[in-house]
Amino acid sequence: MNANLEINNFSLFLSTGLLIIAILIAYKEKLELGYDIFIAGIRAVIQLFIIGYVLSYVIQLDNVLVTLAMVLFIVFNAGFNAHQRSDGIPHSLTISLFSISIGTAVTLVILVVSGAIEWLPSQIVPITGMIASNAMVAIGLTFQSLNSKFADQRQQVLEKLSLGANEKQASMSIIRASVKTGMSPSIDSTKTVGLVSLPGMMSGLIFAGVEPTEAIRYQIVVMFMIIAVTSIASFSASYLAYRQFYNEQKQLTL
Amino acid sequence: MSDHQLEISNISFKTDNQSILESISFSVEKGERVTITGPSGGGKSTLLKIIGNIINPTDGKVLFHGKNIQETNPLKYRQKVSYFFQNASLFDQTVRDNLSFPYDIRDEEFDEEKAKDMLERVSLSRSCLDKPINELSGGEKQRVALIRNMMYLPEVLLLDEVTSSLDAENKEIIHGILDTLNKENGLTTLSVTHDENEISQADRVITIIDGRLEDSK
Ligand SMILES: Nc1ncnc2c1ncn2[C@@H]1O[C@H](COP(=O)(O)OP(=O)(O)O)[C@@H](O)[C@H]1O
Ligand SMILES: [Mg+2]
Repeated sequence: MNANLEINNFSLFLSTGLLIIAILIAYKEKLELGYDIFIAGIRAVIQLFIIGYVLSYVIQLDNVLVTLAMVLFIVFNAGFNAHQRSDGIPHSLTISLFSISIGTAVTLVILVVSGAIEWLPSQIVPITGMIASNAMVAIGLTFQSLNSKFADQRQQVLEKLSLGANEKQASMSIIRASVKTGMSPSIDSTKTVGLVSLPGMMSGLIFAGVEPTEAIRYQIVVMFMIIAVTSIASFSASYLAYRQFYNEQKQLTL
Repeated sequence: MSDHQLEISNISFKTDNQSILESISFSVEKGERVTITGPSGGGKSTLLKIIGNIINPTDGKVLFHGKNIQETNPLKYRQKVSYFFQNASLFDQTVRDNLSFPYDIRDEEFDEEKAKDMLERVSLSRSCLDKPINELSGGEKQRVALIRNMMYLPEVLLLDEVTSSLDAENKEIIHGILDTLNKENGLTTLSVTHDENEISQADRVITIIDGRLEDSK
C-alpha cells in the first residue's frame, strides 16, 4: 500500500490557488466572503498542522493515559460546540458533555471489546473524532428542535400542564420529535451510503491502498457506530434538556 | 384564619416596566360562582393564570384550603383547580386523544363510556370520540376542551372567556353543563366574562380595572 502518499510543500502551496478562485468569485459577486474564506483557510492550515504533529506524537508514544487524554480533549471540544448551539438552554454544557461522553464511552467499549478496533492511538483517536463529531451534530439538532417545538407547541404544553400533567407528560411529543430529529441524519446517510458519495473512512483506506472489499468492512462498522452514538446522544440530551424549560413549580418558563 | 376554599392574598404581578396586577385580595367559598369582569388588558387573564398556578405572582400568595399553593404539589393542585384557557386548543389527533389524556397522566384506564356520556352532555354524538380534531367546528372544539377539564371533576374551574367567541346555541350548551355541575356537584367557578347574562347569573361580580380590584356589587 505505497502509492506516492506525500504532498510536498510546493504542491501544498499551489493548492492555495483553489482558495484564490473562491476568493475571486466572492469578490466579483460582492458576497463579502473574501475575508471569511481567507481566515477559514489560515485557520484550517494552522489547526491541521498542530493536530498533525500532536497526533504523530501521540501515536508514537502509544501511552494509555495520553491516548485517554486525547479522547477527553475531543469529547470536551465536541461538547462545548454542541452547547453553543443550545441557544441558551440552561445547563446545556453539562448536558452536552454528559451525552457525548456516554455515547462515546458505550460505542468505544463495544468496538474495542468486539475487536472491531484495537486500543491503539492510531485507531482510537480518529474513531473517537468521528463518534464525537456525529454526537455533537445530533445534540445540536436536538437542542434546536427542543427550542423550536417548545415555542410552536407552547399552547398545547400549557393545556396539558393545566390538566395536571407533569413536565414529562406535557413534553412527551416534543421529546420524541427531538430525539428523532437528532437521529435522522445518520439514518438517512446510512441509507444512501456508497450510492452518492464514498464516506471518508472508506475513501481514506482506499486512498492508502487498502482493498475496497476490506475498506467497506470498516465503513459498515463506522455507519453502525454512528447510528448508535447519535441515538444515545439525542436520547440523553432530550431527556436531560426538556426539564430546563420548566421551573421548580413545574411551570413552563417560556 | 378560617379556611376558605380559595384565598387570594395581596397578589401582584409586575414585569420590568409595567405593573399588571396590584395587590389583589379576595376569597372564594365552595360552590360559589364568581364572575370577573373589566376592560380588556386589565389583567384578568393574568390573575386567573396565577390562581391556576400556570404562572407565579411576583408578590402575594394563593391559599387553597388554607395552604399556600407554592408550598404544595403543583400537579395535584392543578388537577383540583383547573384553568381553562381563553383560546383553548386541542392537542394530538383525535377527540379520544384529548379525553383520554387526563386518564393517562393519572396512570388510569380510559373510561370510554364516561367520555361518551360527557360528549352527549355537551350535545355531541357518542361517535364523535374517534373524530379527528380538525374536523370539528370552533364551538365543538371548545366543548370538547371543556369536558377534557371535567373528565375528573375539579373542585374549582377557572374559565377565561370560554364563551366569548361562541354563538348563542354553543353558549347555551356550555352554561347548561356548568349549571348542573355547580348545583349537583358543588363545582366552584371563577369565570372571566363580558356577557351580561353570565354576569347577572353570578353569585358575586369582581371588577378589575388597570390591575386593581374595584368595589363589587
Ligand atoms: N408575561 C407578560 N409580560 C409582559 N406583559 C404581560 C404579560 N402577561 C400579560 N401582559 C400584559 O398585561 C396586560 C394584562 O393582560 P391580560 O391579563 O391578558 O388582560 P385581560 O385578560 O384583562 O385582557 C396586558 O397589557 C398584557 O399585554
Ligand atoms: Mg384575557
